[in-house]
Amino acid sequence: MKILVCISNVPDTTSKISFTDNNTKLNTSGIQFIIGPYDEYALSRAIELKEAAGGTVTVLNVGEADTEPTIRKALAIGADDAIRVNAFPKDAFYVASQIAAIAKSENYDLILMGRESIDYNSGLVHGLVGELLGIPSVSPVMKLDVEGGKAVMSREIEGGKEIVEASLPLVAGCQEPIAEWKIPNMRGIMSARTKPLKVVEPASVTDNIKLLNYELPAPKGACKMIDASTPEKLFDLLKNEAKVL
Amino acid sequence: MPRTDFHSPDYYQIDDLLTDEQKLVRGAIRDFVNREIMPIIEDCAQKAYFPEFIVKKFGEVGAFGPTIPQEYGGGGLDYISYGLMMQEIERGDSGMRSTASVQGSLVMFPIFKYGSEEQKKKYLPKLASGEFLGCFGLTEPDHGSNPSAMVTNFKDMGDHYLLNGAKMWITNSPKADIAVVWAKNEEGRIRGLIVERGMEGFTTPETHHKWSLRASITGELVFDNVKVPKENLLPLADGLSGPLRCLDSARYGIAWGAIGAAMDCYETARKYAIERHQFGKPIAGFQLTQRKLAEMITEITKAQLLAWRLGTLKNEGKATTPQISMAKRNNVHMAITIAREARQILGGMGITGEFPIMRHMMNLESVITYEGTHDIHQLITGSDITGISAFK
Repeated sequence: MKILVCISNVPDTTSKISFTDNNTKLNTSGIQFIIGPYDEYALSRAIELKEAAGGTVTVLNVGEADTEPTIRKALAIGADDAIRVNAFPKDAFYVASQIAAIAKSENYDLILMGRESIDYNSGLVHGLVGELLGIPSVSPVMKLDVEGGKAVMSREIEGGKEIVEASLPLVAGCQEPIAEWKIPNMRGIMSARTKPLKVVEPASVTDNIKLLNYELPAPKGACKMIDASTPEKLFDLLKNEAKVL
Repeated sequence: MPRTDFHSPDYYQIDDLLTDEQKLVRGAIRDFVNREIMPIIEDCAQKAYFPEFIVKKFGEVGAFGPTIPQEYGGGGLDYISYGLMMQEIERGDSGMRSTASVQGSLVMFPIFKYGSEEQKKKYLPKLASGEFLGCFGLTEPDHGSNPSAMVTNFKDMGDHYLLNGAKMWITNSPKADIAVVWAKNEEGRIRGLIVERGMEGFTTPETHHKWSLRASITGELVFDNVKVPKENLLPLADGLSGPLRCLDSARYGIAWGAIGAAMDCYETARKYAIERHQFGKPIAGFQLTQRKLAEMITEITKAQLLAWRLGTLKNEGKATTPQISMAKRNNVHMAITIAREARQILGGMGITGEFPIMRHMMNLESVITYEGTHDIHQLITGSDITGISAFK
């Protein structure tokens, strides 16, 4: 089985976010970048499928040269090779178009990625890739098994889960508990040094969206504690101070 | 969720001195420690229980012999990577780091450095994978800081050696499959022997009632007319320099490991001081608390720079025994001082198992003593800078 895993290069979840250049760029100073956590689950499941049934796992990242440490980690975890599309990932459509451009000529059986990245959280890329390639896309996938050219997947839906089947090739947006996330071992880290990492130039994509600027959420105000014996104070504050009643 | 929720204090942007690969190694071991060690370690320490299953897991992640070449099952990594691994493991627990240090630096290293090709092929891959656990026998009941006076000895019986004596304070011994044992031959030269569990007359009684390194297992090695095959002699080690080179390697790992314990204490105290309110404000707002925290981060930063420079010298093959000795002494003393100060910031909570500080502090009482006591390391530096040995 030939599997493509698309990974994002995102700030660690504990990062303090700030901006530069008149609030148009993320301030990357002091920020540790990681593989998108949902993407890492997708990668772990891909490696499990490869270990069980053979095949190859290729990781793909749309990003500039500074994402290569993240790609090397994916190789250390167990991917066989990597492709970096040398471009800043402007938006979901741009990223999906780059993935589709690569996938068109490579005949992957499975294209896996996280249900969403954890920086912009659009959750759109897997659906767009499916549309661009004209193949099924399913998300969020919590269980994925492949047998006889078909994938059986379990999806989380409101109040329960849904079991779906789809023919290969397909795109899946993954989340836990699809696999146990893997920690690279030292031999993996050593072998990642020499695994192939191909850099390709991006396909031409029309810009549909222009970023104007970012804004942080307003800081939280101080919390006022009201004694349970005086609920009338709460009404008074909501009415006269917050003016929401 | 696969993520690293601990960031090392990095006041001087020392991360900029690390390669991407070194940071990847640190991140991997940090995740490993968060997943495998942090959830169980307090309970293990409270119950004085050695989590034996961790040996196999250490092997899988590659924590044993990371600098040993890959052809013998090692990681083939550089010394700064090794140091960062020890830092991360000791952030979890000094006892766990001791298990890994002994296996890598005191068992695999001497077999790699002084062993025959057959010995390397026979033992190193199994030690690297965690299939075998090893221990190192140098210290004796009456000979600690002065190992040259050891009495453990072996005689050449023609087709085998006959080993007699006893070793004490041996990390991993009760569960070890093999022991690298230092003993005197009939000419009084110190040589290394590989003793295997199951050899007649070889026993490994456990040392009980420790208040330190409680999650690590410690014991004795007792040799009562043990017949050791001649092929188990390490051919290339002759004299005290053999075990002392091993200690250089282990002390190097300790110099890094102690930073991990200090980081855990510092971060715990810093967070606690910000959250804990007294007299209407966080205790981090009081000058005496800030003084403690400021001293801690300053000392951690100095220790990080010392370790990084020492690692660079190690990678270049230039680190000397006195340089390694200085880093071990300084960094362990730094860590135990920070543990004690951090414990004070936490007040009464600091003595409970709800926080890791008291465990680190008790562990570090061993770390400041083993692999050369703090005092002996001062004498090593003293001897190096004056040319006069004060301990003979």
